[in-house]
Amino acid sequence: MRWQAEVQVALRTGIADPEGQTIASALRSLGYDTVGEVRSGKLLRIAFEAEDSAAAEEAVADMCRRLLANPVMETASWELRADEEPQSAETVIG
Amino acid sequence: MTLVTARPSVGVVVFPGTWSERDFLHVAEAVLGWDARPVWHADAELGAVDAVVLPGGFAHGDHLRTGAIARFSPIMGAVEAYAAAGGPVIGSCNGFQVLTEAGLLPGALTRNDHLEFRCDWQWLRVERPASAPAWLGEIAEGAAIRLPISHGEGRYVADPATLDAIEAAGRVVLRYADAAGRVSAEANPNGSERSIAGIVNELGNVLGLMPHPERAAEAEVGGTDGLLLFRSLERWLQERPAAAERRL
Repeated sequence: MRWQAEVQVALRTGIADPEGQTIASALRSLGYDTVGEVRSGKLLRIAFEAEDSAAAEEAVADMCRRLLANPVMETASWELRADEEPQSAETVIG
Repeated sequence: MTLVTARPSVGVVVFPGTWSERDFLHVAEAVLGWDARPVWHADAELGAVDAVVLPGGFAHGDHLRTGAIARFSPIMGAVEAYAAAGGPVIGSCNGFQVLTEAGLLPGALTRNDHLEFRCDWQWLRVERPASAPAWLGEIAEGAAIRLPISHGEGRYVADPATLDAIEAAGRVVLRYADAAGRVSAEANPNGSERSIAGIVNELGNVLGLMPHPERAAEAEVGGTDGLLLFRSLERWLQERPAAAERRL
């Protein structure tokens, strides 16, 4: 069964995000006075195969733990959906 | 038991995108008269070496995160075993990033706080050199040394408990400083927590540092303080012949 995971990797709260700060100040200088904090991150779309939703979920969690996020400074969250079906499930780790 | 050969022999690990291996090889061979050879990342063995170098560069393009993909290269299993057996390992710049990703050193290196790539000469204060005898044994506590830095992602971060623990254990061995060895926010080139530029593992044999000692080994290039690290290794190997037995 084919699956599509959309993984978001973000810096942990408390880890300074100079890229986000620079974007926030650029937005404010364009006149968006109400902009507060901006946090930057990465979006990864991963197509893969797994037996069922439990196996797919486990596979994504494992990918995040082993490679996609560094737990020292990042968290990972994801949405998973079967390529054929519209159902989706969201999980957050870190 | 003596050294692998009559003179030190170092293995310099090369990942796709590594760029400082030639400088390390040049310094080892032409300046110090050592044996040195590149070790390709896809190899599974280091061979007989007295020390291992993880040089700077952009291993695997630094994609995803610096060092994130390099840590899974086949050679890293051998590097981990070599380090666990007490073999001297140094990771400079990208090599430091690989060591943290591999879990051989705590913490992580992330984007410089000002977002700029910083390429400059930098003063550093050496602290607790006895914690890293193979690499800093010839340097006095509190000495200020000058080495080049060249990185966009050198801001050392770790949670406060980890920072406190490595400080208490004397494992913070290099801090960004001024020429007088004073540590300050102004002398910190990238926003590193507690101005940390280099740390050592619990055993004291694995050193990670953002600066480039290999770029400060000849007066012609502007400085020779990098030689202090290589001379420390040479001395350590001579005085600790058992070290050679640890090669894997």
